Amino acid sequence: MSSPTPRRRAFALAAVLAGAAVLSAPAASAAGRADAARSALLQQAPVSGQTLTVATNGSIDSLSPFLAQRALPTAVHRLMYDFLTNYDAKDDHAIDALASKWTTSPDKLTWTFTIRDGMKWSDGQPVTADDVAWTYNLMMTNDDAATANGNFVANFSKVAVDGGNVVITLKQAQSTMLALDIPIVPKHVWESHVADIGKFNNDTQFPVVGDGPFILTGYQKDQYLTLDANPNYWRGKPGFDHLVFKFYKDADAEVEALKKGEVDFVYGLTPAQYDSLKGQSNIATNKAPGKRFYALAVNPGATTKDGQAFGDGNPALQNQQVRQAIMYAVDTKTLVAKTLGGYGTVGGGYIPPIFGTYHWDPDSAGAYSYNPDKANQLLDAAGYKKGSDGMRTSPDGKPLSFRILGETNRPDDTQNAAYLTEWLKAVGIGSSTTVVDQGKLGDTETAGTFDLAFDSWTVNPDPDYVLSIQQCDLRPKTAGKSFAGDDFICDKDYDALYQKQITEYDPAARADDVKQMEQKLYSDAYINVLYYANALEAYRSDVIGSWDKQPQPEGAYWGQDGYWAFWSAKPASASSSSSSSNTGLVVGIVIAVVVVVGGGGVFLMRRRRTATAEERE
Amino acid sequence: MSISLPALPDAATPPPPPDGAAVVRRRGLAISPRYAAGRIGGAAVSMLAVVFIGFFLFRIVPGDPVRAMTRGRPVDADQLAALRHQFGIDKPLLSQFADYASRVARGDLGTSYQYKSSVSALIGSHVWPTVYLVGTATVIAAVLGIRIGIRSAWRHGSRADRANSGIALVLWSMPTFWLGLILIVVFSVGFGPIPGLFPTGGMSAPDVHGFFPVVWDHLRHLVLPCLTLVAVLYAQYLLTMRATLLEELGADYLTTARAKGLRDDDVRRRHAVPNAMLPAVTLVFLNLGTAVSGSILAETIFSWPGLGSLFYEALTVPDLPLLEGLFIFFAAAVIVMNLLAELLYPILDPRVRTT
Repeated sequence: MSSPTPRRRAFALAAVLAGAAVLSAPAASAAGRADAARSALLQQAPVSGQTLTVATNGSIDSLSPFLAQRALPTAVHRLMYDFLTNYDAKDDHAIDALASKWTTSPDKLTWTFTIRDGMKWSDGQPVTADDVAWTYNLMMTNDDAATANGNFVANFSKVAVDGGNVVITLKQAQSTMLALDIPIVPKHVWESHVADIGKFNNDTQFPVVGDGPFILTGYQKDQYLTLDANPNYWRGKPGFDHLVFKFYKDADAEVEALKKGEVDFVYGLTPAQYDSLKGQSNIATNKAPGKRFYALAVNPGATTKDGQAFGDGNPALQNQQVRQAIMYAVDTKTLVAKTLGGYGTVGGGYIPPIFGTYHWDPDSAGAYSYNPDKANQLLDAAGYKKGSDGMRTSPDGKPLSFRILGETNRPDDTQNAAYLTEWLKAVGIGSSTTVVDQGKLGDTETAGTFDLAFDSWTVNPDPDYVLSIQQCDLRPKTAGKSFAGDDFICDKDYDALYQKQITEYDPAARADDVKQMEQKLYSDAYINVLYYANALEAYRSDVIGSWDKQPQPEGAYWGQDGYWAFWSAKPASASSSSSSSNTGLVVGIVIAVVVVVGGGGVFLMRRRRTATAEERE
Repeated sequence: MSISLPALPDAATPPPPPDGAAVVRRRGLAISPRYAAGRIGGAAVSMLAVVFIGFFLFRIVPGDPVRAMTRGRPVDADQLAALRHQFGIDKPLLSQFADYASRVARGDLGTSYQYKSSVSALIGSHVWPTVYLVGTATVIAAVLGIRIGIRSAWRHGSRADRANSGIALVLWSMPTFWLGLILIVVFSVGFGPIPGLFPTGGMSAPDVHGFFPVVWDHLRHLVLPCLTLVAVLYAQYLLTMRATLLEELGADYLTTARAKGLRDDDVRRRHAVPNAMLPAVTLVFLNLGTAVSGSILAETIFSWPGLGSLFYEALTVPDLPLLEGLFIFFAAAVIVMNLLAELLYPILDPRVRTT
């Protein structure tokens, strides 16, 4: 083995550095490809104008409107494509979008939508009724195209074009026809992708032809997604010229990026992160009522669609008094104060209060306000007597104890389970808690081998979906197989109300039906809403001057049903680009550090090399 | 200090002279065909076992991909059944395995459930960021660790030795996540007089164009995650190198070399270090093999688009084809790197050739 001479060492060092550079080259060239595609568009409009950068920890499964199922791509599609209708920024009611108006037939089975005149795709082609009909028909006839939104068209029997109108014929009446959250795609672009629609992710050719307020100009998985304002958008050009989504995997890093000004908007903050940003200069915070409910689901005794029982849910929970007693024993105010740090609202009806049209609240007499005495009375009446140790036993002598199931990804669960354990013990009920990962949680719920489980759903402006999952027919076909429903609940009265609201076209009458369903769920006490957490967000007030919330006055910027926030955002006046001004300084400091460290290293190496054994001894 | 060397047949022979490379050439082939064939055969058997285990391992992972992917989406029972059929998970386990085995044998890793694109393409697009980050960090950590390890052993007990070992151990035991966040707060956002020098995360900025600006942008993004990994990783090289070199220190051949009046530097570099290199080299190759599996923690805190986080995302579904593909890929990398290390031993150390 030959020994390294100083020159060889220099070579070795150079080789390491060159290696890093070589490794960076493919990564750089991958980015370069996207850049090249983007600069093709930017040649007409060079990189200038104002950019709004959003930090997201969401993930994109696909950018094809036919395949994307996650929240982030769905939100991005709202920006890229106009839907038939939209939801009003003030109060979420359905308003015109691609369809300028609509009518229904007396038998409720035919809907005629008039397509807006003069709209153009970003490549200059006109947007027509044909595009709408083609998109819907593809989803009705092609299983792959139905992956993401197939259920929206499941009740369609025919979609036809009549001049500038799209005529949709239904199999049965459907009150959710103004809540069809389906991006309409340009037929002339997508026709060539039908053959591989199940694998085409719409992320190879930029800019992507669309007709929404923004045009997708670039995407690097797990790095960033870039959009440019559509200057010809019919509702008006957005205030920012560019919109960038930057992907983060760690929420704390997002917060630091906002403080630095590397991103302009963060959402989904924890109470601690939110508090740390409050009062910082140039940062504005927003606390909005959430669109999500957080509930304690009770296993009603798992059954299949045909009524075959399975699982091992505690039979005591089939007694309504026991279920209600649990709710009287739970202090939801404490949960909001402690688990949510005060950023939330105490639970009531199944539909969160942010959706004022459909939200229902129990009156004070009927509400499960914290009352251990009442819980004890109910349990006594149900025949579960307290023993000498203060713990209850069932009429056949078995100790009354429940298993609580939570999910590791939801930090709330662990904390809430600890409170729940104490409160149940106070009324003589034993309990054990298991907090598992999402997969294990799913398996346990599907098998029906739990008693109490934490459960959480996001609700849409049209509440149909969350209402539908509690129907008898959504229980599993086969015992132990995963199913589309939520909690094995089967209540014929509830199902009848569900059918009534889905065929009711009068909004006020439908809202009444929905509230009755909420009332039913509340008194049955199988799905017990504990709270609605606030949506916590923050943005750079030196970058974003003004933008619209949904709903108003108290609503969120992120997670809107519509594109209002990003479309309406206006740059703050006289904002300075602080990041580029100190680039020179940064470069200077880096060079100085390299010179000092490198120089010192060379000196030390030289000195040691010349040292001999004698010198050392 | 008496140190017993491992009883290698050649242990009594003097260490390779300075012109050792020439000696190797005179002895003929550094690697005998039999040695190479044995190692390559072993690697092939390991690979087969990996393909077999890869399938069954992830069937034990709890969770139903169909449920995970449709939760919160309006779907009916028929759509669930159709998805299950499309994924092929409605078939008996053995027939699923047959499908999988024939697919893998053809070199097809399948299509990801959640991303609807081929697993090979997904691995292809994520492997460079990972190799770029973890590879660079491994090389720097190895060079740094081995250098300091040699110095420390040569002057063991000195203040510098104790300080170096201490610092390395402290950094080694530091949670990657915490260290990364501290670096972000101090060097990205800026702390006190320190300006925010580096980006808070990601591998590149979207609005940079041109070759040199793009390379500069990539390097700027690399600094903090690389620094984090180096800080955490270099201790193992330092300690390994220091320990093996200490074992050599009492050897007679070093006394001989010194008696010949060789410079201390030459005694260390040409006589002691070559005999102590094997464990460190093994470590470098082992780590280069695992480098492709990325560092989930460093990739997460710095939002690096690498394989580690891809694996994590696949695990939450579970996205079976992606998990199987990544598992095979990770295992193959380790096996290939190990094979390379084994093939390299006889070249590095003649004693291996005769065993």
